[in-house]
Formats: sequence, C-alpha cells, structure tokens
Amino acid sequence: MYRQAKNGILMIEILPDKCDFCGCCVGVCPEDAIELKEAAIRIIDPLCTNCSKCVWACPIEVILFNKNGVKL
Amino acid sequence: MKSEYDIVVVGAGPAGSVAAKYAASQGVSVLVLEKDRDVGYPVRCGEAVSKDRLAEFVEPDKKWICAEVDKFSFIAPNGNEVVLKFDQQGYVLERRIFDYELAKQASEAGAEILTRAYVNGLLFNNDKVTGVKYEYRGEQKEVNAKIVIAADGVESRVGRWAGLKTHVDFRDMECCVQYTVSNIKDINNETCYFYFGKNVAPSGYLWIFPKGNNTANIGLGISGLEGKKKSALSFLNEFMAEHYPDASVLTSIAGGVPCSITLEKISVQGIMLAGDAARQVNPLSGGGIASGMLGGSIAGRIAGESIKMNKPEHIFNYDSEWQDRYGKKHEIYDRIKNGIYDFTDEKFNSIADSFLKVPSDKRTLGKLFTTALINKPSLLIDVAKVFIK
Repeated sequence: MYRQAKNGILMIEILPDKCDFCGCCVGVCPEDAIELKEAAIRIIDPLCTNCSKCVWACPIEVILFNKNGVKL
Repeated sequence: MKSEYDIVVVGAGPAGSVAAKYAASQGVSVLVLEKDRDVGYPVRCGEAVSKDRLAEFVEPDKKWICAEVDKFSFIAPNGNEVVLKFDQQGYVLERRIFDYELAKQASEAGAEILTRAYVNGLLFNNDKVTGVKYEYRGEQKEVNAKIVIAADGVESRVGRWAGLKTHVDFRDMECCVQYTVSNIKDINNETCYFYFGKNVAPSGYLWIFPKGNNTANIGLGISGLEGKKKSALSFLNEFMAEHYPDASVLTSIAGGVPCSITLEKISVQGIMLAGDAARQVNPLSGGGIASGMLGGSIAGRIAGESIKMNKPEHIFNYDSEWQDRYGKKHEIYDRIKNGIYDFTDEKFNSIADSFLKVPSDKRTLGKLFTTALINKPSLLIDVAKVFIK
C-alpha cells in the first residue's frame, strides 16, 4: 500500500477551522476513513491509506497532503 | 421515544423525509434521525428543480418558492449566449424552508423526528441489519428497527457499514461551492444561467439561479480530477471578481454532488438506500432534489408494505422499481455526460455558433444536445430517448 511505502505515517491533514463540513471528502474516501459530525471532522488514522482523493475532492482547500506527516 | 421502531430513517433531507412520510402514512412506526440541529440547514444545493417532478410529492407553496423559471441560458466560453425556453417550468427553492416543510409533513403522517442525532453504526443480527447506533447530546444510544432507510447524503456511510461499496469515484464527484449573493441586477428572474468552459468550470458548469429581489445562487461544480489542479473555490472567486466584484455574499457553502449512475444494489437485508446516498442524482445535470424524493417515496412505500405484509424480502423490489422509474434513464444521462465531459472551449463555442443558427422557435434542449453530439452518433440515440418526445 502507498501508506506503507511512506513509513506508515499519516500524511492527510484536515484544517478544521477552515472546514465547511460538507461531506464531499467522505463521499470519495474508498476506506471510510473520515468521520464527520455536524461541525467536527477527523481522519480515522488506522484506516487512512494517504491515497489523497479527499485532498483533490475538497472544494475549498481544507485538506492537505503534508509530506512531513501529521502529528495526532 | 421508543426503543424499537418498524423503520428508522437516517437523514432528514428530501429523500429521508419523503421516505418517512410514505412509510408512516401506512400506519407503521417511523423514526427519523438527523445529525444537524436543524432540518434544512445548512443548505448544500443550487436549489433549482423541475415543477412537474416536484408536483408528484408536494403542493407548491409560495413560502418555499423564490423564483419561477422558464428559460435556460447557456453561455459559451467566448461569451456567446444561447437562450431557450423549456416546456417544463422550474422553481428555485428556499431549501431551508422546503426541507423543513417536508419533515413537517412526515411528522404529520406519524413519523417521529430527532435532530442532533448522529448515527455512527449499525446493529446486526447475523447478517441482517436490526437497528442503528447513534450519539445524542454526548450519549451513545441504540434503537432497533426492522428496516433502516439510509438517506445520509453524499457521505453514504450507513450503506458502507452494511457492506455496500458506496464511495464515489473522485472523477464522478462534482466538487461544488456556491455563494448566495445580493446586489445582482443584470439577471433575468425567470432564467437559469449555465456557464461552460475550462476557465470557468472544467468538466462541470457554473450556475446562476435567480432567487428574487436581486439575489441569486452563484455556484459551480468541477470534477475531483480537475480539483487536483485547482480548487472549485478558486474558480468561483475568479468568476466573481470578473463578473460581480460588487456582490455581497450572504451565504457561502461547499458540497459534493455524486454524478454517477445509481449504485448496483440499493437494498440489502434490512436496509435500503435513498437519495444521494444511493447515488440517485441525475448525473448529467447534477440535480438531486426530485430524484431523491422519488427514490425516497419508493423506498418508504415499499418499506411500509414490507412491514405490513411481514415479508422482509419485499424490500428487494425497491431496486427494480427504481431502475424502471429513473435508474435506467440515469444510465443514459451518464453516457451523455461522458460524451461531453472532455469538450474543449472551441467545441463549446462552435456548438453555440451552430445552435444560434437554429430558428428560435425550434430551439429545444433535445436540439441543443443533438447539435453538441452530432459527431457521436451512438449518443444521438440516447439524446433522442431522454430529450425528444
């Protein structure tokens, strides 16, 4: 898997302060790795493969690929 | 609140509320769980809908109609405009009131509605879904149900938990942003405007839908594939700066529209999917209000019948009934969408130029798509099936 090739570190970062909680990222996530409540969002770390589809699909640039890895 | 219902509906959008109404009106017990604190808010929609298709479900009411439209205006990348009157008139809705009204109708039919109830799992007995887990005001709860109707929108997680592959290919996801703006003076209140072109909304379109009193919804959708290069938000901000630098933004929203064919399976043991969650959006237009309500109505009716007949397997008839009503049509729309997906600006310009030579009384949507796809004979048959009566 892609994630393993990158030392297994989570690299997808959501900026919650900028998020509109629209669910577009959740809809494209092949791993069901995003949890979205009314006004809260998080990546479910063990499920995410860093595939980046959510990064591309986010209409408002809230999800980033952070090549240094995300500190949880 | 009871601990067990015949039917639990997840999501109080149009699909969920209509499903609840059609089920509850048969006398079975129905609970609707909505994650947000308000039904109908925040709105994630362009709010335009065809009059005829709405009429099947709800009496028109001025309180949720912002504008009545009867013309399309298509604007090519070079600025040339093609206007056509359509036979079926349409509405631009006030969704926050519209959705609220549908939920009210569901409750009048006997359904219970609970907001701020976030569904986060399913209950199973062997392989059959027997209820849902949800969080309500910080507490984890459970409710049993004979049938769960998942109308949880674009996210469609409930279906995944039941083993369905509901995620949308990111190329088919239209990633949208929309501003509701005031001080828009140069638009016609009976016209829906659509802008095309790679600088405006590649593999999608930009819309301006009038909402009356110099206000309008201005939004656009681009494919996730395009979003890889540049975000929907950047495209919209550039359009606004160029065309409406003085507009005041009253609301700003993001959203995803799954523009694909319907899921292969929309019912499994104890669970049915409806609306965006079932991918029942018209993949060509991205319109999902009417088709979501239709999907919800079929799901709700069949779920109610299944309970009353005590025949759990009756819910599997939902798939074929949806396919016959709109599913197959959406496959045609999807082929047309794929046919125009990669059109260049030059192509859009030449379509507009050719179409402007058509006498105005002969301009129809069918004729427009025929002009657009004249070099793709196999798709002309599809155009004839859905646009030419």
